[in-house]
Amino acid sequence: MSFLIGTEAIAHVAFWIVVGLTFGGAVIAVFPRNIIYNVLGLVMALSGVAGLYLYLGSFFIALMQLLIYVGAICISIVFAIMLSRPLHLEVPKRSVPKVAMAAGASAIFFAAVVGVIFKSNWVPAPEQSGDWSVVTIGHLLLTRYDLVFEVISLVLLVAIIGAIVTAGYSRRFSS
Amino acid sequence: MLTWSLGFLILMVKLGAVLLFLLLAAAYLVWLERKFLARLQVRYGPNRAGKYGLLQPIADMIKMLTKEDTIPEGADRVIFLLAPAVVTVTALLMFAVIPFGGDLSFLGKRIPMVIADLNIGLLFVFALSSLGVYGIALGGWASNSKYSLLGGIRGAAQMISYELSLGLSLVPVVMLAGSFSLVDIVRAQEAYPFILVQPLAFVIFVISAMAESKRIPFDLPEAENELGAGYHTEYSGIRFGLFFLGEYVNMQVLGALVAVLFLGGWSGPFLSGPAWFCIKILVVALVMIWIRGTLPRLRYDQLMALGWKVLIPLALVNIVVTGAVILI
Repeated sequence: MSFLIGTEAIAHVAFWIVVGLTFGGAVIAVFPRNIIYNVLGLVMALSGVAGLYLYLGSFFIALMQLLIYVGAICISIVFAIMLSRPLHLEVPKRSVPKVAMAAGASAIFFAAVVGVIFKSNWVPAPEQSGDWSVVTIGHLLLTRYDLVFEVISLVLLVAIIGAIVTAGYSRRFSS
Repeated sequence: MLTWSLGFLILMVKLGAVLLFLLLAAAYLVWLERKFLARLQVRYGPNRAGKYGLLQPIADMIKMLTKEDTIPEGADRVIFLLAPAVVTVTALLMFAVIPFGGDLSFLGKRIPMVIADLNIGLLFVFALSSLGVYGIALGGWASNSKYSLLGGIRGAAQMISYELSLGLSLVPVVMLAGSFSLVDIVRAQEAYPFILVQPLAFVIFVISAMAESKRIPFDLPEAENELGAGYHTEYSGIRFGLFFLGEYVNMQVLGALVAVLFLGGWSGPFLSGPAWFCIKILVVALVMIWIRGTLPRLRYDQLMALGWKVLIPLALVNIVVTGAVILI
């Protein structure tokens, strides 16, 4: 029995480590003035979220989170930053109106999320469904959630076409 | 409690064995590459330290460990120091899901010869290989040097582009095996290796994987006659050693993945499973060295055109055709 308590304690510690990683990452993503640190903070926070998925029992979604958000999206942000201003230049001061607007927008979003949290009826993950395998997720995506799936594909398609058009126009203007 | 500690002990032994094997193999891959490449170019290669230069890797190791670890002025210290570790750690972690052989019987228990048989092992490999880009990009950026920055940018662009064709080329293999687990993929090839039914996927995979590991003909990120040494120009001592180690562990990962996905993994006649597996890794490594001795470096536009206009469309067609054949 003592062994069972042991694993539960380990799981709790792991949970709080992951939460700490997410929060710490979020703080780093917002406060430092060095933009690369901000991205790395974002990477940390997103990895923490992947850890939360792992804690909830879906290794697949955790890996997808790492692969897509950390491995693809943040890498492209890093790539864009590498092409921007060099390290040794002075960083401009924070402008107060921008900070105020960002804080306001975040506060509204936070209030909305808190509202949703209080309104929804929470069921623990193991009671809701024990099966988070790739097969189940695949079936759900193509049956119950196929509208969402298609809409997301459409959004991505629009984004791709937009990127191609933008790149094509800027090239035509510069030549 | 007893079974739990025994399992933990077995896990530790496995981790130690795999780590030791990887590091030793990486050291001697360097020797093999230098020797084989020298013979291809009608030179002798290393032949001073020990018989046939066999002690050369050990001498190199001591040299790297004892050299000064310099940090350039104006570099971003934290990121500069962390970047090489990212490259090596992600490369080493990929071996956690690669099976070295079938199940082993020990004291009446069956011990699988893989550290962790994940049911989505292939995705684990992809996730880690996409994280490896951080080491290159950030190492190049943090060095505060033009050569390093250019190398880092090239590396990031190249690795992002070829990751797509790398992933897409393996979809048919997953469709044939019906599983993401590397152990199941090997089991699915008991009758015949997948290279016979998926030659196109094999070619796309090998080309993209070579681009991922930044070897000639895809070594633009470290092109020595344009960029000094690219993203690791400013690194010295053991941190350069970590980049170097990461590169050679990546070579083994590539060999192991080709063996597992296309050459039937550990299966083969007469010899034991791990022996066959090592032979297959070695053959892939030798072919890669041979390619390095044969081909010139691609131009940057050729690199991007090959990835986006040839490999990705071919991989997509291959997926559709394989799907159609499986359905019929």
